[in-house]
Amino acid sequence: MGEQLTITKIKEGTVIDHIDSGKAVLVLRIIGIDHQSTEPVSMAMNVPSKKMGKKDIVKVEGKFISAEELNKISLIAPKATINLIKDFEIQKKFRVNLPEVIEGILTCPNRNCITNSREPITRRFYITLEENQVVAKCYYCNRKIVDIDRYVI
Amino acid sequence: MSRFGHLISIDDLSKDEILYILKKAESFEPFAKGMDKSRILENRLLANLFFEPSTRTRMSFEAAMKGLGGDVINMTAQEASSVAKGETLADTVRVVSRYVNAIVIRHPLEGTARFAAENSDVPVINAGDGAGQHPTQTLLDLYTINKESSLKNIKIALMGDLKYSRTVHSLIKALTLFNPRIYLVSPDSLRLPEEFLEGIDGDISFASLGEIIDEINVLYMTRIQKERFPDEEEYRRVAGSYKIDVNSLKNAREDLIIMHPLPRVDEIHHSVDGTPHAKYFQQAFYGVPVRMAILSEMIE
Ligand SMILES: Nc1ncnc2c1ncn2[C@@H]1O[C@H](COP(=O)(O)OP(=O)(O)OP(=O)(O)O)[C@@H](O)[C@H]1O
Ligand SMILES: [Mg+2]
Ligand SMILES: [Zn+2]
Repeated sequence: MGEQLTITKIKEGTVIDHIDSGKAVLVLRIIGIDHQSTEPVSMAMNVPSKKMGKKDIVKVEGKFISAEELNKISLIAPKATINLIKDFEIQKKFRVNLPEVIEGILTCPNRNCITNSREPITRRFYITLEENQVVAKCYYCNRKIVDIDRYVI
Repeated sequence: MSRFGHLISIDDLSKDEILYILKKAESFEPFAKGMDKSRILENRLLANLFFEPSTRTRMSFEAAMKGLGGDVINMTAQEASSVAKGETLADTVRVVSRYVNAIVIRHPLEGTARFAAENSDVPVINAGDGAGQHPTQTLLDLYTINKESSLKNIKIALMGDLKYSRTVHSLIKALTLFNPRIYLVSPDSLRLPEEFLEGIDGDISFASLGEIIDEINVLYMTRIQKERFPDEEEYRRVAGSYKIDVNSLKNAREDLIIMHPLPRVDEIHHSVDGTPHAKYFQQAFYGVPVRMAILSEMIE
């Protein structure tokens, strides 16, 4: 094991590693884990890391989160790596990929946008990289979001 | 569905499609003038859903539809506001789209037309959604330029409120398909936002009217609204230098045309109306044949 385990090992589940420090809570929000979920979740923040200086780690027990769901994390933590654990061993390791379109998890900053009305509407954004920065563009009003963290639901 | 599906943004159309509509519009001019009768949209019904007042655009769609033998039902802004209290727009569109052949929508919120299209069984035409898009205006602007001047090698000045004018924003986008030389003439506080220059590799520069008046073929005027300024005095000081009268046109090319999406307030002095440069009323008329062309393509 390359690094010392800050938290106890899990038998089965998903480990999200290399999260930009401070973003662990947002990551949980993006993958839809909150107090109503049943899976045990542990979180380590500000863990020393060779590659990143400091990083956060999230471990979700007993749940294999789908790649599509996990890719949403790349919006706020582009360097995140996913480790799927079975019988205490890493079965699969992959990096998150920036999706082209994202639905649901961002709100449009444009107060005059139809997505911020009481209409039954699914918020949708086109995701691109501009000068290494993740940019989300509202499908409905074309408004761009650069500071994505602020607009996660 | 029809050839163009919905018409939400000018970006949805290719250059060829734009030219196709302009050509088609030309053939509808006699019908728009009432010189000839057409029945091609007989037994077809158009719904005008105006959640915001706009007499000109609404009437122009109505004239176009009726001129082709079709009929129109209207929801006025007043009726719309009472609808807005109870029903969602999604439901209104779902219901209305079941008894008409096409919907024209104007709404104060950006993105509404695209959302309406998702809920409609029939083609939706965007007649303006907030600061967003108003593609039929852009098409009639292009038609006017093509008809009264030329889209080829055009030198055009866009003057006035370039920050908030959606007309200008989509016109710039569309014009760049035709290799134009574009001059932006506006107060500093109402400059064209950077985002509208993104991805546009045209020949665009800032200028004052005096510098370029002897060079341009088209002067596209827009209204500067009082509400954009902190106080009346500031408004009068700034807006005053973005008005034209016959004196401003002393050095103009003989073939210069002046356009304006209307309504104007006082940015074009009445003395200009009688000059051969004034094309804004003609431009307003062209809204009818252009909308005829659009309706005839979109309605089955
Ligand atoms: N059974 C387990 N239960 C909980 N966490 C685990 C388990 N196995 C590994 N991990 C965690 O998964 C992450 C990746 O583990 P790995 O052993 O691959 O480390 P590494 O060699 O540093 O990998 P990387 O190159 O991704 O940083 C680490 O944060 C580790 O603590
Ligand atoms: Mg490591
Ligand atoms: Zn939006």
